[in-house]
Amino acid sequence: MIEVKNIHKSFDGIEVLKGISTTFDKGKTNLIIGQSGSGKTVFIKCLLGLFDYEEGCISYDGKIFSQLSEDEKRNLRADIGMVFQGSALFDSMTIAENVMFPLKMFTKQSKSEMEDRVDFVLKRVNLIDAHKKMPSEASGGMQKRVAIARAIVNKPMYLFCDEPNSGLDPKTAIIIDNLIREITDEYDITTVINSHDMNSVMEIGEKIVFLKDGLKAWEGSKETIFKTDNKVVTDFVYSSELMKKVRQMYIEEKQ
Amino acid sequence: MTYLNYIGAYFLMIAEMFRKPTKWSVMKQLILKDVDDLIIGSLGIVAFISFFVGGVVTIQTALNIDNPLIPKYLVGFATRQSVILEFAPTFISIIMAGKVGSFITSSIGTMRVTEQIDALEVMGINSLNYLVFPKFIALLLYPFVISIAMFLGILGGMAACVYGGFSSLDDYIIGIQTDFTPFHITYAFIKTFVFAFILATIPSYHGYFMKGGALEVGKASTTSFVWTSVVIILLNYILTQMLLS
Ligand SMILES: Nc1ncnc2c1ncn2[C@@H]1O[C@H](COP(=O)(O)OP(=O)(O)OP(=O)(O)O)[C@@H](O)[C@H]1O
Ligand SMILES: [Mg+2]
Repeated sequence: MIEVKNIHKSFDGIEVLKGISTTFDKGKTNLIIGQSGSGKTVFIKCLLGLFDYEEGCISYDGKIFSQLSEDEKRNLRADIGMVFQGSALFDSMTIAENVMFPLKMFTKQSKSEMEDRVDFVLKRVNLIDAHKKMPSEASGGMQKRVAIARAIVNKPMYLFCDEPNSGLDPKTAIIIDNLIREITDEYDITTVINSHDMNSVMEIGEKIVFLKDGLKAWEGSKETIFKTDNKVVTDFVYSSELMKKVRQMYIEEKQ
Repeated sequence: MTYLNYIGAYFLMIAEMFRKPTKWSVMKQLILKDVDDLIIGSLGIVAFISFFVGGVVTIQTALNIDNPLIPKYLVGFATRQSVILEFAPTFISIIMAGKVGSFITSSIGTMRVTEQIDALEVMGINSLNYLVFPKFIALLLYPFVISIAMFLGILGGMAACVYGGFSSLDDYIIGIQTDFTPFHITYAFIKTFVFAFILATIPSYHGYFMKGGALEVGKASTTSFVWTSVVIILLNYILTQMLLS
């Protein structure tokens, strides 16, 4: 479980996060949703300690992150998998080497054990014959999937995904969403996902935190998000024609 | 004040570079790759420049000595002194600041802007050790590059001298053996080691701490070249004052 208390973060005097508190539960897929520019990426980077924040406190299963020594932080991070919004693959390595990298760094497995594991996770993200390609030769969606494979290859305890399925077609997007949920269940890990995709919300929104302008505007789950009267949330959820139709049908059904 | 901050950050970076070492099996490969990129990859250009600049130094010395009282072997002597003391260690290092330095800054800077450094940090890897330490180790081989530059500089001088008809081969060889002071070699290699350290760390600093996007990577490479050269020239002056006078 990750607990967040009153996080404030500003860049050059402009406050981007204005005091966010919430918790992310173990064994659940926790979604952070909100419009572009609402501070999702900055928030997730604060969680990971990649950004320093002026105020607030973040704890991982009781361990307060800012109070850990550099070495303790690194040990904790060996248990973290992260998918960056821009994939962040190492461009001097092939796709297979990228995925193998965390294993090479943190395990004592033999070469063939590592290769088996790499094959396994690449298969799970629907990449079977891309091992030898360089990241620059892969499509954007492929890069995303490699990044996911790299994040889960070493069975992390905490998984962070910054828009894991943006740029993917709807079918692959759902495969990825389901994969993330399966892994969360399977290893009983704490998963935090940034998204602005309503499909993901419906698929895997076991806990949802809604950010607006650097504040938590609403908190709930996929069951409650369609019932809330919170104007900010309904504006976001029912912004597309499709969702408006769904809502119309839902209301008509009730009458 | 900001300059003091930069200098502080630079020394903190160096201290951090030695902490929490990367697994040896991985580090070994990184070092070999950097030896290939930074050292082997520079030999060609260094050899080319040394040979021809050595030749030019000789021709210019020979043309300036037209007094018949000055012995011919002084051409070889002057070439040796300028190549060993100044040309090979300092001049080549400035060229390396352009070649190797901008390569280091742009490759680390690109990793910064594409969040690859963040990805390393999130995995719990000491990214400074992972990225900068192998470059530092690879550049410990830099004195070999400089030895080759010295040798080829003197050889180029010999070729220019003999083929240009400025003095005989025998005179040149006597010249390069005249008044040889072994300490000059020590002095040259002390400089070389110091410059190797500068070449590994200042460009890394500029790449590692850069902010922005692709455009800024280019700017960072230029700034890194300027600062690396300035520091090399200043240290050259200080070391010469300390060691030779
Ligand atoms: N390094 C930075 N320096 C200055 N401002 C920044 C920086 N990173 C983000 N911001 C600002 O913080 C705000 C939130 O950005 P953030 O990237 O978190 O948005 P987001 O919710 O992830 O959007 P998207 O859905 O488009 O990814 C934006 O106004 C952005 O300009
Ligand atoms: Mg974002």
